[in-house]
Amino acid sequence: MNVTIVDYNSGNISSVINSFKEVAKDKVNIEVTSDLSKIKSSDKVVLPGQGSFKSCVDALKKIDGLTDTLDEFAITNKKPLLGICVGLQMFADIGYEETETKGLGWISGKVSKIDNQNGKFKLPHIGWNQINIIKDSKIFKDIESNSHMYFVHSYEFVPNDKNVISATTDYSSNIVCSIEKENIFGTQFHPEKSDKIGLKMINNFINL
Amino acid sequence: MLKNRIIPCLDVKNGRVVKGINFVDLKDAGDPVEQAKIYSDGGADEICFLDITASNENRDTIYDVVEKTSKKCFVPLTVGGGVRNVEDINKLLNCGADKVSINTAAVENSKVVLDSSKKFGSQCIVVAIDAKKNGDRWEVFTHGGRNNSGIDAIKYAKQMEENGAGELLVTSMDRDGTQVGYDIDLMYQISCKVNIPVIASGGVGSLDHLVDGIKLGNASAVLAASIFHYGKHSVKEAKEYLDSKGIPVRI
Repeated sequence: MNVTIVDYNSGNISSVINSFKEVAKDKVNIEVTSDLSKIKSSDKVVLPGQGSFKSCVDALKKIDGLTDTLDEFAITNKKPLLGICVGLQMFADIGYEETETKGLGWISGKVSKIDNQNGKFKLPHIGWNQINIIKDSKIFKDIESNSHMYFVHSYEFVPNDKNVISATTDYSSNIVCSIEKENIFGTQFHPEKSDKIGLKMINNFINL
Repeated sequence: MLKNRIIPCLDVKNGRVVKGINFVDLKDAGDPVEQAKIYSDGGADEICFLDITASNENRDTIYDVVEKTSKKCFVPLTVGGGVRNVEDINKLLNCGADKVSINTAAVENSKVVLDSSKKFGSQCIVVAIDAKKNGDRWEVFTHGGRNNSGIDAIKYAKQMEENGAGELLVTSMDRDGTQVGYDIDLMYQISCKVNIPVIASGGVGSLDHLVDGIKLGNASAVLAASIFHYGKHSVKEAKEYLDSKGIPVRI
C-alpha cells in the first residue's frame, strides 16, 4: 500500500512525515511528494497544512494541476484522504484568515476566527485538549472520547451540515475538531504531535 | 477543557545534555535524544531544547539532535538558543522542531519575528524574553542574560505579540537557577497584557512553584529544568501534584 503525504510547501511537515513513518514501519510505503501521477496512483492521501488558510491555498494552487488531482482523488474516485489542521480547513468553501479566500469546496462551510470572548481566552488555542467523539468515525477506532489531542490554531472550520462532525472540543466555544464525510477525513488537532493516541489515530487511517 | 502544560527543558551544549536526569537505567546520561524520550514517555506535554553551544563551529550539532529526537518523540518539540535569522528557523523546522524560540535576534531586529511568523505561521514562533527587575520595571536582557537592552519587558511582550509571536517564553533572570520560585509578578503582568499564551520559566525548585506559576502567574504552561534533573521529581509526579491542586493537566 502507498500513502502519500502531499508536499506543497505548506510549512513544516517533518513531524507529519516522522509520525507516519513510525506507524507504517516497513508494512506501508510512505511517499512525500507533489508529483501528480504518484498522488493519483496512491491508495491514501494526507493533506497537511500550516500557516494561514490563504498561504496554504496559494501554495496548493502554485503547483499546476494539484487541486484537480486532489479533487479527482477524493471526490471522483472517493479514495481516503486525511486533512490535518489547515489541511482540514481547506475542505471548506471559504476562509477568512488574512483575506477572504476560496477553499477546495469539498465540505460546505466556512473557516473563521475563534471567538475569544473579548480576550477572555488566549489565541492561538495551544495545547492539549480533550475531544468529544460524537460520531462513530473509523479513524477513532479504539480511541475513547475525552482523549487528549494537541491543538494549535486560531481559526475553526464551521461546516453547514453538522452530520459531518465526528468530534468537537471545548474552548471558548464548542469547536469542531474532526470531520468525516464518506472517504474524506480531517482533524483540526495534530495527531502527529498527540503522543500514543495520535499515532493510534494515524494507524487507524493507514488501516482503513 | 484546555490543559496547562508542563514542559521539561534540556540544556544542550555541543550536542550533549549539560545537566541531565541521573537515572540508573540510562545508557548514556549525556544523550539529549534519550533524555527527551524519557520525558515524553513520562507524560511531558512538550519538550524544550535550549542550545547553549558557545562556538559557531559546533552550532550544527543541535540539528542532528533535533532530527533524531523528532523521530522518537511524538509530542511538540521547541528549540531555542542561538537562533539568528529566518534561515536558522527554517533549518530547525526542517530537522523536525515544531516551534523555534527566538531571543536575542528578536530584540536586535524585531523583523525576524514578523518575517518568520509570516513565513512559517505564528504557531511555531516563540519569543523568549529574559527579564530582570530594575527599580519598578523589568528590562529585557540578551546574549544569555549578559547584556541589558534597557527595553521595558512588558511593552516588549506586547510588541512581540503584535509582530506575530504565537507564544512567549518568559524567564526571570533574577530567579533563574535560584530554585526559589518563578517571579510571579512578572508572569502575571505579562500574561494579563497579552492575548497569547505565556510559558513561565526560571526559578522552579519545588512542585508548588509550578502550581503558583499557573494559579498566581496566570501562565498557560510551566517550564522547568533542574527539578526534573537528577530524578528529584518526575514529570508524572508533577502532573499528579498539579491535578491534586485542581489544575487541569493531561494525565
